[in-house]
Amino acid sequence: MLSTGLSEIKRHLRTHRLPHIWCPGCGNGIITQAFLRAVEALCLDPDKTVIVSGIGCSSRVVEYLDFDTVHTAHGRAIPLATGIKIVSPQLTVVVLAGDGDIAAIGGNHFIHAARRNIDLTVIIFDNFTYGMTGGQYSPLTPKGERTATSPAGSVESPFDICELAKGAGATFIARSTTWHAFDLVHLISRGIDHHGFSVIDVIAGCHINYGKRNQRETAVKMLRWQKEHGVPIDIFRQLPEKEKKDLFPIGIIHSSSRPEYTDAYTKVARSGLNE
Amino acid sequence: MNNDNIQLMQGNRACAEAALAAGMRFFAGYPITPSSEIADFLSSALPAVGGNFIQMEDEIASMGAIIGASLTGIKTMTATSGPGFTLMQELIGFAALCEIPCVIVNVQRGGPSTGLPTSPAQADVMQCKWGSHGDYPMVVLSPSSVRETFDLTIHAFNIAEELRTPVILLSDEIVGHLYERIRIPDISNLSLIDRKRPTKPPPGRYEIYHTSEPDGIPCIPDIGTGFHCHITGLIHGKDGFPTRDPDKVRDLLKRLHGKIDSRKRRICLMEKREMEDARIVLCSFGATARSCFQVVREGRLEGLKIGGINLKTLWPFPDFVFQELPKSVETVVVCEMNQGQVAGLVRQATGNRLKVVGINKCSGTIITPGEIRSAIDRPI
Repeated sequence: MLSTGLSEIKRHLRTHRLPHIWCPGCGNGIITQAFLRAVEALCLDPDKTVIVSGIGCSSRVVEYLDFDTVHTAHGRAIPLATGIKIVSPQLTVVVLAGDGDIAAIGGNHFIHAARRNIDLTVIIFDNFTYGMTGGQYSPLTPKGERTATSPAGSVESPFDICELAKGAGATFIARSTTWHAFDLVHLISRGIDHHGFSVIDVIAGCHINYGKRNQRETAVKMLRWQKEHGVPIDIFRQLPEKEKKDLFPIGIIHSSSRPEYTDAYTKVARSGLNE
Repeated sequence: MNNDNIQLMQGNRACAEAALAAGMRFFAGYPITPSSEIADFLSSALPAVGGNFIQMEDEIASMGAIIGASLTGIKTMTATSGPGFTLMQELIGFAALCEIPCVIVNVQRGGPSTGLPTSPAQADVMQCKWGSHGDYPMVVLSPSSVRETFDLTIHAFNIAEELRTPVILLSDEIVGHLYERIRIPDISNLSLIDRKRPTKPPPGRYEIYHTSEPDGIPCIPDIGTGFHCHITGLIHGKDGFPTRDPDKVRDLLKRLHGKIDSRKRRICLMEKREMEDARIVLCSFGATARSCFQVVREGRLEGLKIGGINLKTLWPFPDFVFQELPKSVETVVVCEMNQGQVAGLVRQATGNRLKVVGINKCSGTIITPGEIRSAIDRPI
């Protein structure tokens, strides 16, 4: 997959919309590149691929991607994507959005899309914070970390978004980081290729509004933290519980198969009535 | 005529049947009375015609799903009542700004909050226009009978498609649950409008929001047809991409309002009765228009110089109707199951040249003809 050259992925960019709005050292660019490498690897038809996003730094990504793109309201990417997918199941529909968008304001939509197992791929730009509004805590901020609205450290326990997706019924779940950029391409490809609800949680760095409050004030420190805390799932599972603390598993967290929503609807609602 | 299709039909059912006749093929909704019958019926009727029905996790998601489906070129609808309508406001604003056709049915019940499930009210007139933040135009139609529900649902889809705008069908518990014997129009003779869309991507960049007139309607491609368009809830230029250029911001917001306002007379439907020499005009909409017309009928038999107007379009508000009333009119009596939302608009339209009196009732019960009659029999 890394044989894909930059010129090949560049053709999927709306270069006339650049430069992007992201800060130097932001992890969003790495995820964007990995996504486009996956598009190339899967030979997706750009005319039949729709990218839907919500609100926040990462959701602005759709402006730069040369597909049909929908920049929706905060938290509402999944409902709009659901409507698109139901009436046009032939389209590849991908949701790109941040952790606040997906896990907080859009959390209800996320678990219900997982429950339906509708064939959407959700890539979470997970930087633990609301970067655009100045770095407030999100439902994925690790406990104790400092943010603009948890100056003494967050007292709330975060979701394990992968376990949440699994419990809700998602059939492909993976996690990676912007440090593990090469694995990320593979995982995103698997997610898009999977027929059902797929989630790829990508730990990304926001050193400007988040790292600076948590001794990771540079992009390099953010990446080093990801490298040191992300553990391949096979190794992670064998670790003693006390050593798992602060670490998180990366790789394919869960993969299973059950009827996809639009297939099931066609089969049950349509043919059921004709019997 | 013998081949007339006459049926005893409920208002909500007429709405659903008309939506299907208009070509609606995707419905997303969340259960709420008094609108439930619409979703119940469509859950089996839509798949039978190759369409899709889905019950979403809430009304926010329902609104999102119909917007998403509409972007692919499908006619879409949702139906709800007060509490759900409140949740939908966020994305109604999105649909208005991004010019995404869709129909939202609000079968009103008493409010505020959970209010009166399920008793009638007409208190969402202002919310229809001002429910989402920012200035945006809205088209709101209000049926007073089962047959009108059918006709206005067709009208709603036609306006939504032609003007690329969300349209609200503002029914109420009485009209929604009313059963009447109606003649269903011949479906094949209905005049239906489909949104204009370009078919093939031209070489170079296509400006999806380009219009040649300042109040024009853009020719936006369906997604999935190769145009690679960008739809955003940010204020955008003609190319669809975000902009803060003051001229472009102004032009977009002016055009959004202009495309509705400049077509006001065509959008605004109403029924006038006995207006010629009327001194008193009873003005209403929805279920209460029925009571008004009965008072007009009976009053005329007694020789009262009384007329009636049933406003089938509430937004854009048909102010011209009140500016063009016959010279004989001295008083306009506005009957509504709220605290006077339409009466205020009528006062604004008449500019204090006429006496405008409100008959308002907010008790979860209809305003009866007797109540209207005794109110106008008192010196007003």
